[in-house]
Amino acid sequence: MRQYILRRLILIPILLLGITALDYTFINLAPGDPITAMIDPQEMRQMTKEDIERRRHALGLDQPIPVRYTLWLKEVLRGNLGHSYVKAQPVSRLIVDGLKNTLALMTLSLIVTTLVGILLGIISALRPYSWLDYTLTALSFSGVAMPSFFFALILIFVGSLKLGWFPTSGLVTPGAPPSLVDQLRHMVLPLIALSVGGTASVLRYTRSSMLEVLSEEYITTARAKGLAERVIHARHAFKNASLPIITILGLHIPTLFGGAVIIETIFSIPGIGSTMVDAMNNRDYPVMMGGILLSGVTVLVSNLLADVTYAVADPRIRY
Amino acid sequence: MAVQSSDLSRAGAPPALVAVQIGTPVETPLVRTWRRFRRHRLAMAGLVFILLIAVMGIAAPIVAPQDPIKTNLSQALEPPNAAHWLGTDPVGRDVWSRTVYAIRISLSVGIVAVGISVAIAIVLGALAGYYGGLVDMFIMRLTDIIMTIPGLVIIMAVVSVIGPSIYNVMVVIGILGWTGMARLLRGQILSVRERDFIAAAQSIGVSDARIMALHLLPNAVAPLLVAATFSVAGAILTEAALSFLGFGVLPPTPSWGNMLNAARSLSRLQENPWFWVPPGMMILLTVLAINFIGDGLRDALDPRTK
Repeated sequence: MRQYILRRLILIPILLLGITALDYTFINLAPGDPITAMIDPQEMRQMTKEDIERRRHALGLDQPIPVRYTLWLKEVLRGNLGHSYVKAQPVSRLIVDGLKNTLALMTLSLIVTTLVGILLGIISALRPYSWLDYTLTALSFSGVAMPSFFFALILIFVGSLKLGWFPTSGLVTPGAPPSLVDQLRHMVLPLIALSVGGTASVLRYTRSSMLEVLSEEYITTARAKGLAERVIHARHAFKNASLPIITILGLHIPTLFGGAVIIETIFSIPGIGSTMVDAMNNRDYPVMMGGILLSGVTVLVSNLLADVTYAVADPRIRY
Repeated sequence: MAVQSSDLSRAGAPPALVAVQIGTPVETPLVRTWRRFRRHRLAMAGLVFILLIAVMGIAAPIVAPQDPIKTNLSQALEPPNAAHWLGTDPVGRDVWSRTVYAIRISLSVGIVAVGISVAIAIVLGALAGYYGGLVDMFIMRLTDIIMTIPGLVIIMAVVSVIGPSIYNVMVVIGILGWTGMARLLRGQILSVRERDFIAAAQSIGVSDARIMALHLLPNAVAPLLVAATFSVAGAILTEAALSFLGFGVLPPTPSWGNMLNAARSLSRLQENPWFWVPPGMMILLTVLAINFIGDGLRDALDPRTK
């Protein structure tokens, strides 16, 4: 086990190298560069070719891609992600600033997804083909198919504009003293919008996994022993049914990262997502690469965690 | 029929047995799949819905006679009425027309993007599964790398750099979307490869390419078909999200995603629900319908279910 984790940890930097090299090439091969996005067209017309070249040289954009990538990599290893082309700030500062909100949003969403999804899935599986089960199944199908941005708009429409229960955007009420309650109130709608898809798919997997396990013979044996239903469900059934759910949750994290980008943009939450969207609009390559690196690390680490949890939950698995 | 059976019986086969064999119609896999698929009510409903909107999209100029692109500020934000069934958007374009024309965008992005993914998945999955060893190792590590790339972020980054357009969206979604299917196909081929008929083909000197194309793939492709169906739904969702954020299909070309983008202003969101609810509902229903078709196909192709 320890060896397996060690091997996987060694693999992470290698995979990251692959991901970043691929993305770096992708981003830089494209026609156009940050200069064209940075300088407004009016000013551009007055500049000579030499002026533009000088600007490109100043940013190092006249070097070949492999050279630039190696340079970027060297700096990353020293903990330096470079400077934003657009904002006069180091990339690491921009990312750390956004990270807090994004991580809070993602972590809360993961907790909601896991708890609500598993709970509803079990309820559904314990009373199969009842009206409750049918309702939950119908809801989960719609949840999986629901585009998160459309759902977010509906939530704002109903929850903020019609009912006035929750604020429409941001994380703090302007002018109000900062408080945890205020922040949580701002988080409710984004959290629901971000969690609905994942919750729906966890519900579906939990339901089918539980149903499969409940028809196993050892469940009949447990009943024959006279164990209480509650013990059977919790100890014998759910423990075994949880394996595919762990895999699903692990796979869900990359999706969550993309979802956070959309949700942060709609609700104007300052986070990695909105930083990335700004960077993309301005072709701010260093910030884009920083965000990609971060999302790569998040995904790889969460995959590893999922696999390790899997092994802990299932003693038959030996790595 | 009668002549045949008497011919055979003269050749020494027991007549009764021959009669049974000839009398039983052979059910081809395609017919069997269709028979099972038809019993899945939700899947059939999904199929009918998709066919319906496909026809609407193709016949868009007839179904929606109003111009989907031309703006008319004097008619901006009209509520639904006789001339504009679903009202008009903030620049006076007919919402019904735009919703109908956007079917073309969504369905073609879904189909083309997944077509690209399936093509890559088939080539790489077949090579990895059939040859194994170093080839397999290399292809699967590449798959791992691409799989860990968080889809939406990278697709956005790439599209923002090469320029948002429907073709770029299709290609980028397609190029990044093959990993799951390649893994699936590889696994399937690993098991089919060990079957006797492959050994038989190899022993009579059939070429590798021919074995892969004619013997391996047809026997390994069923799960891929199911996965591809779900991928179409995923691609449509991705396109909608990209267009919503301004990294996909750009206005004035109507796409359900960019139609929703106009609702990001709070006052319009509140006061003019007719122009943002229809495209949102269309995304939801289309994705739902395709997912039902995928479920139906999975049940119909699964040899374990009766």
